[in-house]
Amino acid sequence: MSTPLTPVLSDTWDAERSWTLDAYRARGGYDALRDALSRDPADLVQLVKDSGLRGRGGAGFPTGMKWGFLPPPDGGPRYLVVNADESEPGTCKDIPLMLASPHLLLEGVAITSFAIGCHHAFVYVRGEVLHVYRRLLRAVEEAYEAGLLGKDVLGTGYDLDVTVHAGAGAYICGEETALLDSLEGRRGQPRLKPPFPAVAGLYARPTVVNNVESVASVPAIVARGADWFTAMGTERSAGHGLFSLSGHVVRPGQYEAPLGVTLRELLDLAGGVRPGHELKFWTPGGSSTPIFTAEHLDVPLDYESVGAAGSMLGTRALQIFDETTCVVRAVTRWTEFYAHESCGKCTPCREGTYWLQQVLRRIEGGEGTEADLDLLLDLCDNILGRAFCALGDGATSPVTSSVQLFRDEYEAHITGGGCPFDHSRSALFEYTPRAPKALTGAGVHR
Amino acid sequence: MTATTTGSGGAELSAPPEQVTFTIDGIETSVPKGTLVIRAAEELGITIPRFCDHPLLAPAGACRQCLVEVAAPDRSGQVRPMPKPQASCTLEATPGMVVSTQRTSEVADKAQHGVMELLLMNHPLDCPVCDKGGECPLQNQAMSNGRSTSRFVDVKRTFPKPIAVSTQVLLDRERCVLCQRCTRFSQEIAGDAFIDLQMRGAHQQIGRFDEDVLDFAAPAAPAGAAGDPGDAPVGAALLDESGRTFASYFSGNTVQICPVGALTSAAYRFRARPFDLVSSPSVGEHDSCGSAIRVDHRRGVVMRRLAGDDPLVNEEWITDKDRFAFAWQSAPDRLTTPLVRDRVVAPDGTTTRGELRPASWVEALELAAEGLTAARAAGGVAVLPGGRLTVEDAYAYAKLARVVLGTNDVDHRARTHSDEEAAFLAHTVAGSGIGVTFTDLEKAPAVLLVGLEAEEEAGVTFLRLRKGAERHGVRVFSVAPYATRGLQRMHGTLLPAAPGTEAEWLDGIAGSGTLDTPDVVDEATEALSRPGAVVLVGERLAGVPGGYSAVLRLAGRTGARVAWVPRRAGERGGVEVGTLPGLLPGGRPVADAAARVDVAAAWGVGTLPAEPGRSTSEILDALSVGQLAGVVVGGVEPADLPDPAHALRALSAAFVVSLEVRASAVTELADVVLPVAPPTERAGSYWSWEGRVRAFDRVLDSSAMADHRVLDALAEACGTPLGLATPDAVREELGAFGPWDGARTDAPDVAAVEPPRVDPGHAVLASWRLLLDAGRGQDGERFLAGTAKRPVVRMSAATAAGVGVEPGAPVRVATERGAVTLPVVVTDMVDHVVWLPMRSPGSAVLDVLGVEPGAVVQVTAADGTADPYGTTEGGA
Repeated sequence: MSTPLTPVLSDTWDAERSWTLDAYRARGGYDALRDALSRDPADLVQLVKDSGLRGRGGAGFPTGMKWGFLPPPDGGPRYLVVNADESEPGTCKDIPLMLASPHLLLEGVAITSFAIGCHHAFVYVRGEVLHVYRRLLRAVEEAYEAGLLGKDVLGTGYDLDVTVHAGAGAYICGEETALLDSLEGRRGQPRLKPPFPAVAGLYARPTVVNNVESVASVPAIVARGADWFTAMGTERSAGHGLFSLSGHVVRPGQYEAPLGVTLRELLDLAGGVRPGHELKFWTPGGSSTPIFTAEHLDVPLDYESVGAAGSMLGTRALQIFDETTCVVRAVTRWTEFYAHESCGKCTPCREGTYWLQQVLRRIEGGEGTEADLDLLLDLCDNILGRAFCALGDGATSPVTSSVQLFRDEYEAHITGGGCPFDHSRSALFEYTPRAPKALTGAGVHR
Repeated sequence: MTATTTGSGGAELSAPPEQVTFTIDGIETSVPKGTLVIRAAEELGITIPRFCDHPLLAPAGACRQCLVEVAAPDRSGQVRPMPKPQASCTLEATPGMVVSTQRTSEVADKAQHGVMELLLMNHPLDCPVCDKGGECPLQNQAMSNGRSTSRFVDVKRTFPKPIAVSTQVLLDRERCVLCQRCTRFSQEIAGDAFIDLQMRGAHQQIGRFDEDVLDFAAPAAPAGAAGDPGDAPVGAALLDESGRTFASYFSGNTVQICPVGALTSAAYRFRARPFDLVSSPSVGEHDSCGSAIRVDHRRGVVMRRLAGDDPLVNEEWITDKDRFAFAWQSAPDRLTTPLVRDRVVAPDGTTTRGELRPASWVEALELAAEGLTAARAAGGVAVLPGGRLTVEDAYAYAKLARVVLGTNDVDHRARTHSDEEAAFLAHTVAGSGIGVTFTDLEKAPAVLLVGLEAEEEAGVTFLRLRKGAERHGVRVFSVAPYATRGLQRMHGTLLPAAPGTEAEWLDGIAGSGTLDTPDVVDEATEALSRPGAVVLVGERLAGVPGGYSAVLRLAGRTGARVAWVPRRAGERGGVEVGTLPGLLPGGRPVADAAARVDVAAAWGVGTLPAEPGRSTSEILDALSVGQLAGVVVGGVEPADLPDPAHALRALSAAFVVSLEVRASAVTELADVVLPVAPPTERAGSYWSWEGRVRAFDRVLDSSAMADHRVLDALAEACGTPLGLATPDAVREELGAFGPWDGARTDAPDVAAVEPPRVDPGHAVLASWRLLLDAGRGQDGERFLAGTAKRPVVRMSAATAAGVGVEPGAPVRVATERGAVTLPVVVTDMVDHVVWLPMRSPGSAVLDVLGVEPGAVVQVTAADGTADPYGTTEGGA
C-alpha cells in the first residue's frame, strides 16, 4: 500500500541533531532563501497566492491574500509576526516543528519578510515551552552568525532582524490582535477591528501575522513551485499539512499528509485505536471544533469537507477518544480550560464560560437536571457569535456538539446521580480517580 | 444614563461631512460618514441598550449589550445578512446597510437578553443598599431588555467589598460589569490612569496597582521614590498603574459614568436614593469655566452635584472641586441674620468697638446707611466686591459705588493686581463678547499658556486642551518655572521662566529676543503664527510688570488670539459690568466723558464721578491712613489679598459693611454684617472666561437674599434707590446697555523690570494656588480634602545643592515676616527659583511670608524632621 504521507515540513526531523543549522543545510536548507532573495518580492507574493496556501493556524485564510492586504510601502516599518503561541488543547504541531526544525521556520520568516518588505520580524512563542524557546533563540543566533539574518543577508543587501518573544501563558494571546497587544507590552486582549493588522498592527504599523506552519510552508513552495503545491490536497485546500494524532491511538504523533486525507487513512498509519477498543468521538481540529464520531471517519480532512460535515478543520489536532471515555467529563475539562483562559474582555465569553463550567460540573457530579441540558444549549447560543473574538465561539463547540451527539450520556449522568464511567479504563497510565471539583465558584480572590 | 444624542462634541467648522444613508428598523436615515450605528439609532429615538458605550470615549465593544442584526450590500450590491449580530457601538454606518434592533429582530432581542442575563449572573443583588439603585443603567436595562427571572442557580463570584482608591472614590468589584468606562476616562480624558483591568476570565477585575497581582519580582518602590511627592494627595490613596500614589482632580467623573454602582464617592455613599432627589441644572461656582452642573437635593439639603451635559463648554466632565465642594454653602458658620456692632463710649469720650449682635434688617440697614453716609462725608467710601460674584451682584456693586457712594473706588480683584492689568482688561477683555471658545482650543494649532496652570486654575479648560493635544495635535506651550504633571499630560512644551522673566520669553517669540534656547522659541514662533493659535493668559500675570504688554505685542506679531482665564467665577463678570476703578458697564471707560454720560443717562442720574478710582491696594492703603473712612465688602477673604495683615489693619480702621454668606475674617471686623445667599439659594449668572453668560436658577427655597437684593435695600436706606431688587430687574437694566462703540482704553505699554539680584541663600518665589487647597470654598468636605496634593517646596537640584538641602528634607522659606517649612522636592526647573503652593495647609504664602510671587525670599535647610506635612512615605 502506498503511503499517503507527504513529509515536507517534517522531512528533516529524522536527521541527526536536526535542529542545528548544519543538519538543516545538509538537506538543502536556506537554498530557497537564496533563490527568493534574487526574485522580485511581488513575484513571491504572487507565487504564494498561486499556491493556494491557506493559514495553518486554524482559520484557513489564504496566506498570499493576507500579504497582499498590506498597503503600499510608505517608507515606515512593516512587520511580520509569527504566531507560535500554540495553546489549543490537542494542538501540537508547531511546537514539534520548532523543536525539530527551527531553521525551517526561520527560512520561511526570512522569505516572507523579504516578500512583504519587512526588516524586523517577531516570533511570539508560547512561554511555557521553554525548550522550544531556547532552541529558537539558538537557531536565530546561528542564523545571524551565518549571515542568514541581520545586516546584508547572504550578501544581497537585504537587512532582517528577528526577535523571539516568549509569551506569559495566556491562551488569548494566540488571537492575533491580542498577540500584538501582548507583544507591545500591553495586557493581551483582542483589539477592535477594523483597523486590521495589515493596516495598523504592531505599533500601529502594517503587519502580517502568520502561523508557524504557514510560514514554514513557504520555503518549499519557493523551491518547488506553486504547481507542486497545488498538486497536493484538494482544489480549494491545497498542499500538505501536519495532522496531530493524540489520545487513544496506538502510535500518536505528527502525520504530514495532503489536505483531504481521512481519519481512517491516518488511523491506519497510526496503528488504529488502541487494541480492544473502538472509536467513540474525535476532534478534527482541536477542542474548539465540534466533535465528530465514527460516522465521520471518511470525511476528507480539508476545509470545505469538514465544514460541510458540521465542524471545522481548525489546527488538524485529531484527539481520539475510545468508548471508555466519558464525553461529559471530557467536555467539562475543555470548558474549564476555556473558563480559565477567557480573557475577560467581553461579557458572553467571560460570564458564559464561567456559567457553563458550573453547570457541566454539576451534571458530571450527578447534580444536574434535565433542564440543564437545554440551558447548556441556550447558553451556547447566547455566546456563539456574540463574543468579541473567536475564543467564545470555540468554547461552545464541544458543548453544543456533544449534547447533540451524546444527549443520552448526559441524561445518564442526571438520572444515575453521577458518572457511569470507570475513568481508570480510559487512562493510558496509572490512574487514581479524583472526585469532581467542589462547587467553589470563582469566589476566592487571592 | 449619560448618553447624548450628538454624534460628536463640538461644532463642525470644516465642510459638512459626507452623508451615509441606511435604514434602522425600516426607517431610512442619513448620518455623517463615520457615525456609529448606536448614535444614528439615538437620532431616530431608538435606544439600544448599552454599558461600555460612551459618546465621549473611544468605542470598546466589550459589554456586547448593544448587539443588533445587520445586513449590508456586498460588492455586487446585493444586501446580505452578516452571520453574527454586530455591536452597534463599534459599527460605523455604511451606505445601504440594513440594521434591525431589538425592536424588529428576534435575533437581536435574544442576543441582548442573553448578554443581560450573563451580566446579571455574577452581579450582587444588593440594589436596595446600592447608591446607583434607581438611576442604574444595569437595573433599568435589565427591566427593559432582560429576562424577568434568571436561570443561574450556581455560585456567584464574590470580592471583598470596596477598595478605597482614594479618600473619595471607592471601588466595589462585585458590582462591576467591566465596561472599562472608568479606565478609558482616566486614560483618554484625564490622563491620570489609576485603576486598570487585571486577571482574566471571571476573575477579571478593575484593580489597583498591585505588585502581587502583577507578580513583580521586587516590591514596588515607595511612592516617594516612584512618584513626585508633590503630586501625591494628602490623604490615603492607592498606587496608580505607574506606581505613583494616585491623585486626580477628575476622578469623580468615573463615579458618574459608571453604569453600575461599582464606583461610588465617599461623600455621597449611602446618603440618598435617586428617586428622592430633586435635580436642578446649575453652573459651577469654583472657577471661571462656567461648567454646567446638576445639583441634586432632598428636602432642602444638597446631597450631591454631578456634571451637566454641555457639549460646547464642559462636555460631560467637571472637576472634583465643582462636584464635591458644596458643603461650604451650608456650613455651620452660615450667617442667618444681620449683625451690628455697638460702639462703647467710655466716660473719657473714647469709643471702642463692642461685640457683634444680631439685629433686624431694618436696624442693620439703617445703621449701615448712617455709617456709610458719615464715612462718605469723612473722606469717602470704597467698594471691595470680591471676585466670586454673579453678574447681577457685580452690577449692583458697580452701580452702588457710582450712584450711592459717588465714587469709582471699586475693585473686585482680591488678589495680585496691577494698573497694567486694568488697562489690559479695559483694552482687550471688557465688552469683547464671546472670544476664544473651548471648541477653538480643541482645534487650535497651538496654545500658549502664560501665568496660567490650567489643571489647577481652570480644570475643564485643561481637559479640553488635553483632548485637543491627544486627538487633534494641539501644541501646548507654557511659560512657567517648571513642567507640571498637567503640562506633561498635555504633551506640552515648557518655556522655562523664572517669575518676572515671562515678558522676556513673550518678546522672544516671533520677536528679536535674546533668549539662549532658540529651538524652543523657533518652535513656538512657528506654531503660534499659524491661523487659529491662541494665547491663554492667567490673572497671575498681573504680578509680572510688562507681562500683559508683552502678551499684546506677541499677539500683534503672530496674529494669535488672546483670552484671559481668571481663576474665579466672578472676575470676568466684574470686568464686564464695571467693578473696576476705570470701567463702567459694557467696557465703557470711566475716563471717557461720553461713556459717563451714556451710563448716567441709563441710570437716570445727572453725572457720574469722573475721577478714576483706586485699585484694591490703593483702597486698602487709603483706608489704613484714613483717607477713606468706609468700605462695603463683598465676598473677600483677606488671606487672598496681596498683604493680608495690611488688609486687616486697613479694615479695622474704617467703617465696614460686610455682605457675606458665612462668618469670615471680614465680618469679624465689620460694623454691620448683612447675610447674603450662596449660589444654591438664589438665581444669577456667571460670565465665563469664554465670554458666555451662564445663567442658573435658584435650587433651594430660601429666605436668604442675593447681594443685589441686599444692596438694593441698602441703597434705599441711604435714600438713593437702585431699582435692582430682582434678578429680572438687573438683567433688564443690564440688557439695555448697548455695546460701547467709543474709543477703547489704550493697550498697556509697561516696560519689564530687571529681575532682582539673587544673593546666595536666596531664591525668587514662584507660587500659584492648587485646585484643592485651604480655600474656604472647600470647607466641610474631608473626603475631597484627602485628594488634595501635598504641599511641598520645589527647587532645582542646583538650587537645592546651593542651600544644602537633600531631596525630601525640610526646607525653610522665609521673609522678614515669617517662614514656611516644607519638604523639598527636587524638580527639573529654573535655577534660583523656589516654588510652593500659595494657600495650601501649611503653606499660606501671602499670609505668612507677606510677599507675592516674584519676590526674593530666603531659603535655608531646616533643622531636623519637625514637619507636619508632606511626608514622603508610601501611599497605600
